[in-house]
This record gives sequence, structure tokens and C-alpha cells, in this order.
Amino acid sequence: MNANSETLQAADGTPLKKKLQQSLFRNKLRAFGLVSPLLIFLIFLFVLPIILLLWQGVYDTRFSNLMPETSNILEDWDGVSEPTEEMYAALVIDLVNARKNKTIGKVATRVNRELSGTRSLFTSSAKKAAKLKPPFKKSLKKLKKKWSKIETWQAMKVSSNVFTIGYIAASLDYKLNADGSISLQDEKRRIHVKLFIRTLEISLIVTIASLLLGYPIAYLMASLPLRTSNLLLILVLLPFWTSLLVRTTAWIAMLQGEGVMNDLFVIFGFAEDDDRFSLIYNKTGVLIAMTHILLPFMVLPIYSVMKTISPSYVRAAKSLGATNWTAFWRVYVPQTIPGIGAGAILVFILAIGYYITPALVGGQDGQMISNFIDFHMRKSLNWNLAAAMGLVLLVIVLFLFWIYDRVVGIDNMKLG
Amino acid sequence: MKLKSLIIGVAGAALFASAASAGSITAVSWGGAYTKSQIEAYHKPWTAATGHQVVSEDYGGGLAEIKSQVEAGNVTWDIVDLELSDAVRGCDEGLLEEIDASILPPGADGTPAADDFIPNSVVDCAVGNIVWSTIFAYDFEKMPNGPKTMADFFDLEKFPGKRGMRKGPKPNLEMALMADGVPADYVYIVLSTEEGVDRAFAKLDTIKDSVVWWEAGAQPPQLLADGEVAMTTAYNGRIFNAVAAEGKPFTIVWDGQVYDLDLWAIPKGAKNKDLAMEFLVFSTATEQLAAQASWISYGPTRLSSAALVSSYHNQPDLKMAPHMPTDPANFKNAIQNDYAWWADNQDELNERFNAWLAN
Repeated sequence: MNANSETLQAADGTPLKKKLQQSLFRNKLRAFGLVSPLLIFLIFLFVLPIILLLWQGVYDTRFSNLMPETSNILEDWDGVSEPTEEMYAALVIDLVNARKNKTIGKVATRVNRELSGTRSLFTSSAKKAAKLKPPFKKSLKKLKKKWSKIETWQAMKVSSNVFTIGYIAASLDYKLNADGSISLQDEKRRIHVKLFIRTLEISLIVTIASLLLGYPIAYLMASLPLRTSNLLLILVLLPFWTSLLVRTTAWIAMLQGEGVMNDLFVIFGFAEDDDRFSLIYNKTGVLIAMTHILLPFMVLPIYSVMKTISPSYVRAAKSLGATNWTAFWRVYVPQTIPGIGAGAILVFILAIGYYITPALVGGQDGQMISNFIDFHMRKSLNWNLAAAMGLVLLVIVLFLFWIYDRVVGIDNMKLG
Repeated sequence: MKLKSLIIGVAGAALFASAASAGSITAVSWGGAYTKSQIEAYHKPWTAATGHQVVSEDYGGGLAEIKSQVEAGNVTWDIVDLELSDAVRGCDEGLLEEIDASILPPGADGTPAADDFIPNSVVDCAVGNIVWSTIFAYDFEKMPNGPKTMADFFDLEKFPGKRGMRKGPKPNLEMALMADGVPADYVYIVLSTEEGVDRAFAKLDTIKDSVVWWEAGAQPPQLLADGEVAMTTAYNGRIFNAVAAEGKPFTIVWDGQVYDLDLWAIPKGAKNKDLAMEFLVFSTATEQLAAQASWISYGPTRLSSAALVSSYHNQPDLKMAPHMPTDPANFKNAIQNDYAWWADNQDELNERFNAWLAN
């Protein structure tokens, strides 16, 4: 008996196992080829930009690139001792160059984030830096008193860190000090932790509210005859197809002080004409509008799960002596858990990053963390802080997802 | 059939070619009545005079879009209407092209440009076109004996009702201090101290629960019209427009106004930089600035334009001068927004304002 007779062979003499692998590999390649456009698209236009942006939350080369001499010398400074003449000399060289290269504004903006008032200190000193004579420690101090303050140097030291946890600390209401320690932000400026908590709170309430409102609708749709349920389905989908902006502004018209709801309350005597309810431009408005907008994301997964549940289970339960309620609660509801799970996580994740609706109807106590990320992207131009806040939000969402997986199980989710 | 499509094709190509040779720029501004005033006063005359097209785009202010365009190396905007603080900051950060002030022509009355433009309106990277102001306004049909001073705006007992205010520390802190009795000249001196900022926030605290915050310039007239607020701070041109064009019964209170400048600036690396520069020079000439003032009540930045400003474009009886922020009667208690002070302090004050708002 030789080796050949043991292994099966294909028609062309190659071992069958190898041939099978070849053909499977070709299949895999073809499948990969089919998804590769989407994959490449996602990597380059979704994953990569997100990573690059989040990277900015911990990586900031602005000061060290534009003020190289000062950054070098600051690395060896302990952050508390009196700044030396060499440090002042390095600073003057950098100021002159930054002025020449028109980068002084970027430097000033960066340091001003750490210490208010340094912006004009940098821009005005840079204008005169070329004319300064040594010893620079004396001449700079003479030019502007603030150069003698240790806080100015500490702000520069913090700015010169290339890899920094400063922004992440800032997005959690802490601040990074020159000696590398971290301390709580001044009480008057603490805001982010509160916003993260409020964002989670709003998302949770919206999720629970859409579940309470959506479950009966889904149940009704699943139990009605097809024609009626289709009509209901269209009613659910109709707002879904309407622009988010239109729906939000419609809620403004409904809920505002002189709006439809308040007019009705006054007519029916629930409210005085000059003391109407504030239903919009606050958290209440955000909760109402967001629940309405996100409701279809709850209804549809639950409905699609309910449709597949055979009525015979509930009938069987009843025939075995269960009351209506027991049959519903012990037999029917557990079968809808995959739909509830899918709907809840969909609504929650969408809600946590919600932006337009709170921006329009949030007023002062309905703002969410995404509104502040937007603020730092568009208004204050502090992209690093925006990125750090995004990073924190992402970590929170992933953590919640992990908990969800432990409690409910991701496999136990059905999207349709 | 074939011949017809061929003719259409050739004609289309010819049209396209002529449009391309004539050139076009993208001008970006704040939208609404304000952009309309620029289209009427700048864009249309420029197209008529040179054949170049102006594509108008709206934005909400700030440097974010310019920053991302410049940093991505794909600048699609050619000229942008910026607030003074942003124009100076954008220049410092290298986001804007420098403008040689010597290319600006003298005023129509022969005054050299350097003397014709009001202070701060020609900076390294931008040339001013209007003076605008943040004022407060109310509906006189609902409040016949309306407020007269900035202090009245903060007086909830004398004038009950909701207040509309811009969501942000600027210029609410200034207004709060003026309402608290700080003379206009001392506002920024007081604000430069820790106690001064505390004092401004304490004054804001007194009306905090009654404030509806707005963000876009179009919101305050709407809030007033809907009766959502009894009075609101607003940009004066928006209130004027609601009165002149829509017949709304609003009155402006000029006491304690905080005025500011808007300027044209060209983003660094703009594709049609030269054309944009031509447009900038054209639109900041005496006649154009004066023409704009017949569409909206923002003051021209050239002194020589004042003589040419007469009445609202379609209402000869409606004289524009009394509606300008710079009119002597309106100017008694006014301060100019201090862009340098804000550049230094806005990071901290924005944070503090947001924290104050959320608490």
C-alpha cells in the first residue's frame, strides 16, 4: 500500500483535500471581493477619521512644534523653581520665529486655554521680541509683568506636552498641572461630569418611555389582521420618513408657551392664561421630542419579533390553566425579549449621541454632551477637547454595551 | 432629433465656457435679511459691472469651517463675512490672506481710505463693511409703557415676563454690568477683575429663571412675535427688518447697546483669491456700503457713506439714519465689543457661562 492510495485524489491528480481548500479559498476570496468596496469605504471614511480625530484628544504637537526651543528647555524644568535666563532666551528665539512664520496666534491660543489672558501676552510680546536685548529675563519682564509670573511658565509647560491626558482630564472636570499632577477644576467651571450624567439620564428615560409607549403599539400591530396592521405600520413609519428637523420644529409649535398644547390647557382650565406650562426649551421638551422621534426604532424591532411568535404558545398556556395575565407575562413577554433588547439598545445608543433636538428645544437644562462637543468643534475651536469628550463618550458607550452583553446577551438581540 | 440635441449641447458648452471665463466666487455670509442686503448692494452691482458671478452661501459665524477648509487644503470659500474678533484671531492663526490696505480706494468725497474707515475696521486680514449692534427690543402693543434703559431689562418686577438672550457670555456680561450701574467706559475695566465677573454673573442670576436663550440671529424677532418673551436682546438689523419689511410692532431700546464690526476676509488659499480681492475692494467702496444701508439698518464703516444713506429701499418715508447704531441719539450709552479682551478671556468665560447655565 503506498501513500497515494490513502489520500483521495481529484481528477487532475491533486489531493482532494488540497483541491477543496483551493476552491473554498476562491469562494472566500470572491466573498471578500464583494464586500471589499464597503470595507475599504468604512475603513477610510469611517474608522480612520474617527481614530484620527480621537487621537487628537491625547496628542497635541502644536506648542512643541511651533515653540521648539522653549519646549526642549521646559522638559527639564520641574515646574516650581524660578525660571532661568536660558528659558527666557529660548522663549525669545521662539517668539521671534513664531512672529515671522505667522504661527504666534496658534501658540497664543494654545497657552490661553491653560491660562486666560496669555493670548494677548504672546501676540503683543512677539511683535516686540526681535528688538529685545539680553539679559532676556530682565527685558521680557520689563516688557510685560506677566512674564515674571510662574503661572505663565506652568501654562507653557502643560501646553508643551505632546502626549497629554490634559484634555481627557478636562472633559472630566479635572485639570493637569505643570508638575504632572491632576487636580479638580475650579468649581465655577465644572460642567462636564454633570453633562455626561444628564446625557445618560435623558437617554435612559427616553428608552424607557419609548418602550412603554411602543410595546402596546407593536402588540396591537402584531395581533390585528394584516390590512389594519399595515395601516398602523404606515402611521408609525410616516413620521419616521419625515425630516428630523421638521418634527422637532413641529414640537416647538405644539409645546411653546403660546402653542397648541398650552392653549388647550388654558381652554380646559388646567392652566391660567398668564401662568402657562413651560414644556419646551427645557429638559421636558427634549424628553418629549426625543421620545417621539425615536419611537419607531423601538416599535419596529419589537413588532418584527412579535409577528413571528406563534399564537399557539399563549393558547397552550391558557389551556393549561393560566390566566390572561400569566399567559401574557410568563409566556408571551419572554419571547419578545430579543425585540425589546434590540429596540432598547438602538434607542439608547441613538439618544446618547443626540444633537439637533436638544440644540433646538433644550434651552438651558436640556443640553446634552454632544451639544458641547459641537460647541468645541464649531465655536471655541478646541478640537482636542472635543475629541477627548468624544473619547470619553465612546468609552462609556462601550462599557454600557459590555454590561448589556453580560446581563442580556448580544446574541439575544433581534433587529428584524 | 439628433441635430436638436447637438445644438443644445453646443449651446450649453458655449454658455459654460463663457461662464467659466467670466469667473465666479463664493461669498459666505450670515443669511436672512443681512445676506439679502449684501446681494442687492454688492453682488448684483458687481456682476453687472464685471460679469463675474457671486455664489452666495450662509453660515453661522465662527472660524470652524475656514479652519477645516484651510487645514484640509481644500478651500471652497472665497470671501467670508466675519466678526472682528474672529477676523483678528483667524489672521493670527494664519487662516486668512493678508490684505494690503493700500488697494482700498479713497472715499467718494476724496478722503483717503485710511481716514475714511472708522477705527479698527481695516485690520491685517480683513476690511470692515458694517457696524452692527446688540440691543434689546420689545413689542409696544403688548407693553405700551415699555422699558427705557438696560436696567429695565433686568427688572422683573417693573416689567414682568420672559427675556430672550444670546446663549453665551458675550455681550450678556457687558449688558449685565451696565444694568448694574457700571458706566459704559468702565465695563471692561470692571470685567477684568474676578469680582467684576462675579458681579456680572450675579446680575444675570437675578433673571436666569426667566431667560429664553437664543443662538441664531433670526430667532429673537420670532420669539418676540410669538409672544414667547416680553423682551429680547437681538441684532438691531433683524429687529429693524421685522419692523420695516414685516410690519411688526417692535421697539428698539438703544441704551446699553454693544456694537461690533463685521468684515470681509479671504480664507488662506482661496481658489479665486484675486477675484475675491477685487470683490472686496468693490463692495467696501463708499457707494456700495451706502447702498447696503438702504436694505438693513447696519451702519457703513466708511464715514463718507453716511452722506449717501437716505431711506429704506422701497419706503421713501422710512429714513435710515435714526435706525443706525451710530446715530447720535442711539449712541449715548454704548460700548464697542472689545475683541482683544474677549480673545484673552473667552475660553474661561465660555466654560464658566456654560457651567453657570447648566447649574
